[in-house]
Amino acid sequence: MPISIQHGRSANHTLRIVCPNGHLGFAPIKPGSFRIGCASEPDLICADSGSCDVGPVPLGSDTSSSPLQWQTDDLETMLLAARRLGVPMIVGSAGDTGTNSRVDLFVGIIRELAAKHALPKFRIGYFYSEVGKDALRRRLETGDTVAGLDGRAPLDLATLDATDRIVAVAGVHPYIKLLDQGADVIIGGRSSDCALFAAPAVRQGFPEGLAYFYGKILECASFCAEPYGAKESVLGEITMDDVKITAMLPEQRCTIASVAGHSMYERANPFYEYFLGGHLDMSRCHYEQYDERTVRVTGPSYVPSAELRVKLEGSGKLGERYVGIVGVRDPYTIANIDLVTGWARQQVTERFGNSGYELHFAVYGRDAILGASEPLRATAGHELAVVVQGVAPTKEMAEEVAMIATRQMFYARLPQVKGTAGGVAFLLDEVMPASPAYRWTLNHTMRLDEPLELFPTFLTEAGL
Amino acid sequence: MATRKLADIAKTIRSKNAGVDKITFDVIFADSATYAQVRDSGVLSREAVCRLFGIDAARISDHVAFDPALAIKFTIYRQRPSGSPGDADIFGAQQYGPLLDLEVPA
Repeated sequence: MPISIQHGRSANHTLRIVCPNGHLGFAPIKPGSFRIGCASEPDLICADSGSCDVGPVPLGSDTSSSPLQWQTDDLETMLLAARRLGVPMIVGSAGDTGTNSRVDLFVGIIRELAAKHALPKFRIGYFYSEVGKDALRRRLETGDTVAGLDGRAPLDLATLDATDRIVAVAGVHPYIKLLDQGADVIIGGRSSDCALFAAPAVRQGFPEGLAYFYGKILECASFCAEPYGAKESVLGEITMDDVKITAMLPEQRCTIASVAGHSMYERANPFYEYFLGGHLDMSRCHYEQYDERTVRVTGPSYVPSAELRVKLEGSGKLGERYVGIVGVRDPYTIANIDLVTGWARQQVTERFGNSGYELHFAVYGRDAILGASEPLRATAGHELAVVVQGVAPTKEMAEEVAMIATRQMFYARLPQVKGTAGGVAFLLDEVMPASPAYRWTLNHTMRLDEPLELFPTFLTEAGL
Repeated sequence: MATRKLADIAKTIRSKNAGVDKITFDVIFADSATYAQVRDSGVLSREAVCRLFGIDAARISDHVAFDPALAIKFTIYRQRPSGSPGDADIFGAQQYGPLLDLEVPA
């Protein structure tokens, strides 16, 4: 078995990237394996910071789901290592959503960290990914189709009007441009997870199929290793012939099973990965165990697309939201819980009518998580929790919708109930303000003439 | 006929968002014999998945046996986009529950 790539490069022309976190800021980098990664001659340190997994609220409300302190801590860990080693650092999809405000936030944090640590002067490159509603409106009005993904209809004006914020998902192009301009630190707007890792490899002439696969397998850090343990660093090396990926935590290994298993993670189909400019075909990938903790992969191919199409993500506000929680212990009430929520809904209808708000009951202990797909919904537990969500145009109305529904479950009229002093148990005799409710309005693609069209790049400096 | 539960013979059984409109399920085995046995038994066929989750065939967008990972993978359309009010699993991470008790012929 060859010696680990941790201890030496496996070819003359290689590029090495350490990825310390699959979602920067969302949960902290584990420092031990990152230190080992930094001692393994990385040429870059890269991490993705975004995901549409966090739901539509952060994009719609232009906030982060990650706490500022955790974002700062992860950026500090990466920045200090990158400047000490003199290698570029790339962060993609800044601040969970990759909106302009999140890019500005991360650029500001980098500047503050540079000042705090009196770092010698370095260049920050960044780019934006937001798309204005007016620009999309003009496209629709000139007859251009903004096509729906995953069974969605083409974008129409009503859906656009109901949207608060839109980001386009960049490919490798703005990252390559900023590397060409000598950026030492790159903060990216929304971009494909694999693009920020593929960009430096494509730029240095490595085969595109290998480069995009390299990005795909690195972007979730230690999710491609086993045993399971998130937020640990992994080291990737690309050559003209292959990609190698090594777990940096001594207790973890990359195995054929863990790497092949990860290549299909969180995607509908294990063979194809789509991004701006083309797609990756993994159907002929070959995986082999290179050393104890390293897997070598050959055979992925890149298929350029006939037409440049960029993915758009959009989120629109539905209303303000309040949440109430009740518990139920009486078996008769549990068996008739739909009558209880039905009564509560009827009381809301009598106050507000049938429209102009949303009211949802999630019945934990029966089918809250799977809904109608729950095979065991007929055998509810001995306790239930019902979580009520009221969504309405104003906070006052949302609070009242949630409050009526929550409190009226207490007064639900079940014909044979023994307990006539109150039908539910209150955890809190109140309803709580939650984040406003949003929905994903755009999961679409749009034609581009030029891959940098929507992604303006900028250069600035930080440090002394 | 003797059966074993899928949870007892699979290494990994998981679900996760695949974008905002789909949830993808991965059932991964530790050895190729068990993988081939489950794959060929039909207990995770499109039709079997539809029965288990009580959904129409049109809700399944992809269904593949992925040999390199010893995995059976299928993807379903969500009924509403992730995180919309009424969705109680924003990451789609707990939808695999019904798979655990699936009976596989020994």
